[in-house]
Amino acid sequence: MLKINDLHAKVEDKDILKGINLEVNAGEVHAIMGPNGSGKSTLAAVIAGKEEFEVTQGSVVLDGEDLEDAAPEERAHKGVFLSFQYPVEIPGVSVTNFMKTAINESRKARGLEDMPANEMLKLIREKSEMLEIDRKFLSRSLNEGFSGGEKKRNEIFQMAMLEPKLAILDETDSGLDIDALRIVANGVNKLKSKENAVIVITHYQRLLEYIVPDFVHVLHDGKIVKSGGKELALELEEKGYDWIKNEAVV
Amino acid sequence: MDLKDKLIASFMAFENNVDIDHPVHDVRSEAMKNFETKGFPSKKEEAWKYTSLNKLQKIDFSIFPKEENALEYKDVKKYFLHEIDTYKIVFIDGIYSSFLSETTHDGVDICLMSSALTKPMYKQVIDVYFNKVASKEESLTTLNTAFSREGAYIYIPKNKMPKKPVEIIHFSTGNEASLLVQPRNLIIAEENAELQVIERHQSLTSNEVLTNSVTEIFAAKNAIVDYYKVQNDVSTASLIDNTYIDQKDTSVVKVHTFSFGGKLTRNNLNFYQNGQHIDSTMKGVTILGEKQHVDHHTLVHHIEPNCESHQDYKGIYGENSTGVFNGKIIVDKIAQKTNAFQQNNNILISDKATINTKPQLEIFADDVKCSHGCTIGQLDEDALFYLQSRGIPKKEARALLMYAFANNVLESVRIPELKTRINKLIATKLGVRLGFDL
Repeated sequence: MLKINDLHAKVEDKDILKGINLEVNAGEVHAIMGPNGSGKSTLAAVIAGKEEFEVTQGSVVLDGEDLEDAAPEERAHKGVFLSFQYPVEIPGVSVTNFMKTAINESRKARGLEDMPANEMLKLIREKSEMLEIDRKFLSRSLNEGFSGGEKKRNEIFQMAMLEPKLAILDETDSGLDIDALRIVANGVNKLKSKENAVIVITHYQRLLEYIVPDFVHVLHDGKIVKSGGKELALELEEKGYDWIKNEAVV
Repeated sequence: MDLKDKLIASFMAFENNVDIDHPVHDVRSEAMKNFETKGFPSKKEEAWKYTSLNKLQKIDFSIFPKEENALEYKDVKKYFLHEIDTYKIVFIDGIYSSFLSETTHDGVDICLMSSALTKPMYKQVIDVYFNKVASKEESLTTLNTAFSREGAYIYIPKNKMPKKPVEIIHFSTGNEASLLVQPRNLIIAEENAELQVIERHQSLTSNEVLTNSVTEIFAAKNAIVDYYKVQNDVSTASLIDNTYIDQKDTSVVKVHTFSFGGKLTRNNLNFYQNGQHIDSTMKGVTILGEKQHVDHHTLVHHIEPNCESHQDYKGIYGENSTGVFNGKIIVDKIAQKTNAFQQNNNILISDKATINTKPQLEIFADDVKCSHGCTIGQLDEDALFYLQSRGIPKKEARALLMYAFANNVLESVRIPELKTRINKLIATKLGVRLGFDL
């Protein structure tokens, strides 16, 4: 589904990604771990198409199509979803209205009519129940005054509504207490299928107890320095990242 | 003949049609003298540095409309807040339209300035309030005073509140090639009274119209006045709005100004706090394109202790438009414990758009809290990316962010139907289908 080949990217004059290779197939869950500043969030943003980052070499290919020239919204229409580490507050636009806009824009891009209002309502009800989101919450302004946990839960709600092919969860576990973490992870697990894939970016192993990865990759200094199965995450939790850094140097 | 000379000549004709023995006419004559001396303000004056009236003065405006022009309600319905029941004071080319209006004398007076200025029963009120807070120096205000004859008159006695909001609407029909109108409004809310007013000026053709309006608002002890100005006129209509507000103890007055259209708009909004524990609020949303020009000049004069003022103006400027914000706050020496806040945030969405923003604080008391902030910026790239990553195209994403930027000004709009209207106007103005009814 997703093929990243020798990807290099920089912001301003700073090289951040220095040759990433990664292949993600439908039905798989990949975890990307690594110390702060290793390039995890940059990788997520580059896949989603953030213009601030300049791809200097390599490619991101989704279903055989190079995404190089695709704007962020076009990537979204092709099924890429990024759950933000720091979701942006949009005062005056309710969660419901925001989702309506997002869904109908995606439909428009695919040549479909707007989703009928009753269908939209049903979908919103179904997905908000799945994530144990209070109805009142949906009429609040998007992310405005939300707690850290509410923001993250709202991100997964948006993911549930948009049903992406490839979901990238950027530090979705940060700022979540254990109950919220469980709800969010359950939501992600319910959305998982043979047709879609998830990339979980995290600093800690904790989330991976709930969203069990098929593969774990360790990012260090803009490169994947080690890949393995889910047991690699446990090893990292135990030993920290230093041994990998040392290994990488060797 | 330039416009000033024409006005001076017209004043004599005007005198033939009003009662020159009435005490109000002494006020007019006095005002005319001031205008004759001062004339129109020029860009040399600090307060008019960024707004030029030169081009307007070259237009040969008719000072008095020739005849009354009728309008069908169905043709102008959309300019009314027809979703709810309102009192209406409607003028067509400066002349009162009884057909489109709905006035009342049931416990409150919502009627005409021409009646108030002439009928004996209003004399006492006119003596106390007329031209008492309006400037006797500012030339355009005095020009209006000189020709003051028609407008809205609202008197809300102690402890009263009208059953519904009041709409003051001025239509111009293009009956004249170019028309100057000078409405004069007097609004009085006595102790504990409450009032909501929506004011709108609407030209129905592309003929030139210039409105030089003066509104005096008196809010007595504990009175509450909400005043909404909807400025969404066509590109050949210019407006000079001079509003003067006198507040007494614990009164609350809020003025919202929504500027989305017109050729040249100048808002002179002046608050005088003649009491304690007063709350004065000025809020504005300005969204401009083409060559439109809007100049917000606010003044809050804190005369007594323990009062508050809040100003929050948001502007979005595109194409070749120009915005001006000049917010003056004066805190007198005895006005201790004053809280005065001022905020002016602007987004420029075109390289050719301009904003001039200037806070002006004159603080003579030492125990006060005053803050001001001006920002001029572009849209937040991170927020844009967030919306785009949800599949919302860049253009719509930008519009949504601009909407969000302006939105908090709307929170204090207390007429829900008006709020919905303004929301829709903003969406239309930003030129996109947002996929839902705002």
